[in-house]
Amino acid sequence: MRRSHEPISWSLFGAGGMLLAFIGPGLIASTLLLGWLVQDPQALYATLSSGLQHPLTRLATLAVIALPLYHTAHRLYHGLHDLHIKGPTWLLGGFFYGGATALSALCAFWLFTL
Amino acid sequence: MSDTIELAVTRYRPEQDTQPWEQRYTVPCSDDMSVLDALNYIKDALDPSLSHRWSCRMAICGSCGVMVNGEPKLSCKTFLRDYREAGVLEVRALDNLPVERDLVADISGVVEHIEAVKPWLIRHSEAPVDTAHSQTPAQMARYHAFSQCINCALCYAACPQFGRNPAFLGPAALTLAQRYNLDSRDEGSSERMPWLNAEEGVWSCTFVGYCSEVCPKDVDPASAINRGKVASDINYGVNLFRLLRGKGDA
Repeated sequence: MRRSHEPISWSLFGAGGMLLAFIGPGLIASTLLLGWLVQDPQALYATLSSGLQHPLTRLATLAVIALPLYHTAHRLYHGLHDLHIKGPTWLLGGFFYGGATALSALCAFWLFTL
Repeated sequence: MSDTIELAVTRYRPEQDTQPWEQRYTVPCSDDMSVLDALNYIKDALDPSLSHRWSCRMAICGSCGVMVNGEPKLSCKTFLRDYREAGVLEVRALDNLPVERDLVADISGVVEHIEAVKPWLIRHSEAPVDTAHSQTPAQMARYHAFSQCINCALCYAACPQFGRNPAFLGPAALTLAQRYNLDSRDEGSSERMPWLNAEEGVWSCTFVGYCSEVCPKDVDPASAINRGKVASDINYGVNLFRLLRGKGDA
């Protein structure tokens, strides 16, 4: 029996799913509420920017964005299989996982050149 | 309340029929009659040529699985009273499996998959005959639900992935692999992991979950397979570490 390499994408999918389940709703709700709660947006931006100066905060932010991206890509990729939508594996896999990787890389570039 | 009900049975007799066809039978309907009782009534009183498989009549032997109105069911555990409203019961052999005759599905492929994962206790050394391999209730609780499988193959009829690729080991086989891997008395997980780790192992499952819905013994194969994915994931990481240290593929 040949070993599958699916554990790589499944680990990213699982990690993203766990993150989304635990802190996703809180993150979305707090972001939506910011509009009402914050009196001075400039000051909030300054606070968040200074928080993002620390490498650990940047890494945590990257994880919160990149892992759910892989989670979404993985679910959509296998969803296509369940919907009987066929295509070359390299093309579909490249589009979804490649897309998640490209967006994560872009996010990392922005975060670490702030 | 009607005291009869109509069964639309998909017949297939390989020596006579080129393709399956539907035959309708009207059978008595009472609150305590199961679909198996109805099939036995047809066989005994209406049409002795009908073939169906059954044995225990109490959801233990796992041999009377059929599709009832499109759902995989044990015919002994499915009651006519629940279909009075529908008026007609469509009964056919289990989906996703070759049909031997009428309602008899060929489950030999499923049995081969189950045997492949070595669903028995594997020990490197036997305990002395005058002692037992003791196990705490907590250790038993880890695998107990998965040990309730009766190999009825309803989960295979429910699984869209097995329907598309019969090489997929499928819900029952993967659940049994997990059942023995989780048993504190077992020492054989290294012999089962290659099956779980393969594309045809846990990784063909996309967690549709219908297997767990149709399981007549509440085994929850979808959960077992997902736990198998965690085990295979860890195994992959450990193996990667081994390869990086220059050791062979495990």
